[in-house]
Amino acid sequence: MTALQIRLIVVAAIVCLVAAPFVLNPFSITLLNYIGIYSLAAIGLALLTGVGGIVSFGQAAFVGIAAYATAWVSALNGYSPWLGLALALVTTCAVAAILGFVTLRLGGHFLSLSTVAWGLAIAFLFGNIEGLGRYNGLSGIPPISIGPIALVESWQIYFLIWAIVVAVLLLCYNLLDSRIGRAMRALRGGNTLVESLGISAFQIKLVTFVLAAFLAALSGWLYAHLSRFISPGPFDAGMGIEYLMMAMVGGAGSVLGGVVGAAIVTLLKNAVQDYLPLIAKGASGQLEIVAFSAMFILFLQRARQGIVPFLADLLPEPKLSVPQPAPPLPRREQPAPGTLLVKAKGVERRFGGLVAVNNVSFEVRSGEIVGLIGPNGAGKTTMFNLLTGALRVDRGEIAFAGRSITHDQQCHIARAGIARTFQHVKLRPRMTLLDNVLLGTYARTRTGLIAGALHLNQAEEASARYEALQQLERVGLGDKPFELAGNLPLGNQRVLEIARALAADPALLVLDEPAAGLRRQEKLKLAELLRSLRADRLTILLVEHDMEFVMSLVDRIVVLDFGSKLCEGEPAAVRGDARVQEAYLGGVA
Amino acid sequence: MTTDIAAILAIDGIATGAVYVLVAIGTVLIFTVTRVIFIPFGDIAAFTALTLAALDAKQLPGTVGLVVVLAGLACLMEAVSLVRAGEQRRLPQAIFFYLALPLIVVGIVWLTMRFDPPMPVRLVLALLLILPISPLLDRIVFRPIADGSVLLLLTVSVALHFALVGLGLLFFGPEGVRTEPLTSLATEIAGIHVSGQTMLILTAAVVFSGLLFAFFDFTLIGKALRATAVNRTGARLMGIRPARAGTIAYLLGSLLAGVSGILIAPVNTIFYDSGFLIGLKAFVGAIVGGMTSYPGAALGALGVGVLESFASFESSTLKDVIVFSLLIPILLWRSLASQHSEEEVEE
Repeated sequence: MTALQIRLIVVAAIVCLVAAPFVLNPFSITLLNYIGIYSLAAIGLALLTGVGGIVSFGQAAFVGIAAYATAWVSALNGYSPWLGLALALVTTCAVAAILGFVTLRLGGHFLSLSTVAWGLAIAFLFGNIEGLGRYNGLSGIPPISIGPIALVESWQIYFLIWAIVVAVLLLCYNLLDSRIGRAMRALRGGNTLVESLGISAFQIKLVTFVLAAFLAALSGWLYAHLSRFISPGPFDAGMGIEYLMMAMVGGAGSVLGGVVGAAIVTLLKNAVQDYLPLIAKGASGQLEIVAFSAMFILFLQRARQGIVPFLADLLPEPKLSVPQPAPPLPRREQPAPGTLLVKAKGVERRFGGLVAVNNVSFEVRSGEIVGLIGPNGAGKTTMFNLLTGALRVDRGEIAFAGRSITHDQQCHIARAGIARTFQHVKLRPRMTLLDNVLLGTYARTRTGLIAGALHLNQAEEASARYEALQQLERVGLGDKPFELAGNLPLGNQRVLEIARALAADPALLVLDEPAAGLRRQEKLKLAELLRSLRADRLTILLVEHDMEFVMSLVDRIVVLDFGSKLCEGEPAAVRGDARVQEAYLGGVA
Repeated sequence: MTTDIAAILAIDGIATGAVYVLVAIGTVLIFTVTRVIFIPFGDIAAFTALTLAALDAKQLPGTVGLVVVLAGLACLMEAVSLVRAGEQRRLPQAIFFYLALPLIVVGIVWLTMRFDPPMPVRLVLALLLILPISPLLDRIVFRPIADGSVLLLLTVSVALHFALVGLGLLFFGPEGVRTEPLTSLATEIAGIHVSGQTMLILTAAVVFSGLLFAFFDFTLIGKALRATAVNRTGARLMGIRPARAGTIAYLLGSLLAGVSGILIAPVNTIFYDSGFLIGLKAFVGAIVGGMTSYPGAALGALGVGVLESFASFESSTLKDVIVFSLLIPILLWRSLASQHSEEEVEE
């Protein structure tokens, strides 16, 4: 599909939406109104859960905070619903920021459990605060007015709701295709990956979390002024899981999935309410939740991918345009050749009783290629993780470019100019090659959340895209920039990681077994690439098991064995060292 | 607050906490063996109370219908997956375990009820009826996704809880029940009145925790369960079937949840949906133990009970808000205390 075709589809969808109230009966319009309102909360959850990988059961509580805030302003204090909107957005985002600040450092399921906890606590609060009508709720909420027109009829508010939904959809698509959005999409790859690109994982999680709450707040504001009455019921834990269901059924990784999921769940619910009484008289209320939960469980067992990604696979591939030449991104001032770049002194790291790295000291000078070798379990990868900040140093000092980085956070070390690849490849398999490499440019670019959503900083984006394409071409993957990274063979995935690291314009490149899984010809090409990088004054530190590859490439070698440094020197000297031979071959025969 | 009131609140809290202890231990057991955070345990406890109340009232408990429906469904699923795998010869065994055995239990209850059994027999019947539910749910809901991420299993678990609440309303109706006390004895300790029920709850918590401990340390099945908890693949290589270990874990857990339901029924009025709060509070306790430590879970659950007791004295309406808000600092502490490796990713 071309960009023009996609645009035509979007325009056709908007025309249908505008025409709907003139064709449909009032009941259908009301149904559409609720679908739109639920869509907003579900889109937020699609960003948080699908894109960011943070499963939240508490979205309904955010919708509730906004609904109660605007009800308090407009119904209890008689101010305009627009003031209610302001308070709803501010309160919800503030609560989300505080909750996020406290909980987002939690790992995996602990984080999700905390959303159950605060979701419940907030829902209980609504039912127990005297000023908010306890479990009886608040009534007499005024309709929203635009100028002199009060949006009383369902077709009137319909236009407001769907205008917001369409705007939110477009902004979210823009956002996901921008610098911050790509960082959000990288979150599921784990903290180590994200931080190694100079991205603060916590900061991006917090932004995503507050954004989801912001959308929930829009939803809650509209909900309060559409139904004109609120009670704690629609914001409880049950509704929390219903939002999750909408986001996941629609396809959690997809923003449009939020709308599709909200539509399907709402229509299904309606159908269940219509038809269940025919099957089971008198018990329909109970069966409704059973039927719903059963459907959700079945869905999670059988079709976790969701509807929108499934349909998108059936459509013809969108034709994306190859990045065109653009002004280059600013480059780092490389240190003069021969200056001291890395100085590790007495570095130690323990895992319980095991000393993985024991009193290791070595230096790397600018413009060198240094090989770190040793038998399996020698502590090479641990040493890399200490150097890049993925692990904390227990004792000793590491300095980079004359400054101690021993206690720096991983993302700060990355921003100081160390880019790395991983022994176990960490790519985003469902993102294109180009997008994966674009992640590398994160620390060199500065487009923020709002600028990204409004596509304001297109010059920088064009430069970043062209830079990414050039790095892809440099490592030999430039012919298919829109292939998904997961479709590459393992050897090429390692090479793609190098392109991503190069896109960060580092001073030091740290490569963990870059040649593993490559064929001989590919290894020769890789060696050639690394030599050309050295010629460009880049410094390289690498771990590799292929001795032929290492010996022919590197300037110096550091040998580790059982966590300690065995020796250090030129390749030929190291090759002849008796201790090294003993470590590798188990004693001189 | 005087010391007398504080003492009464503390004893009350410990009694409530002891009930949570049993459910919390079951939660830890299921999580370590199957990685499922089994939120519906509280529902199992509530259903036991409702079953006992129906038996007391000489009515056929709604549990019968629930067990029959679940057994039919589980048997059907097992049969289909066996036929698909071309293992028809294992069909009779599957039908026996998933259909016949639960139906035999139902039959025993139905027959015994005619003879107006005394209280101890009714207790046993209630527990018997409750036992098949979790293993059947395991077969229907969790077995097809047993290798999924903890997050997926958690999401399914929360959805399952809501299904069970609906089923509870369907099979038990909206009325709350409070069963007759198991004992009318009472005693005084240091001038504070302590009811026999409280003593019974504490005794049961100690006895059943002790039994579980003995089971893990002195029986081969117990050791197999512990092995599965440490490493599923490793256990499988040693000839332990994780699915069977899971079934045993669910049976044991259900027993604990059932006992706690019986113990709490004379103290609190239990509705079809009371289980959620019981389960979640026990779960707060389990998290104190990092979801892996039994003593930690037990201490945590006791703590939740005491906190709830004092919180309800200060503000009865906000006690649940206080208990759940407390979970966040506990989670933070656990998260800092445990060195978790890179989180699992699902594409």
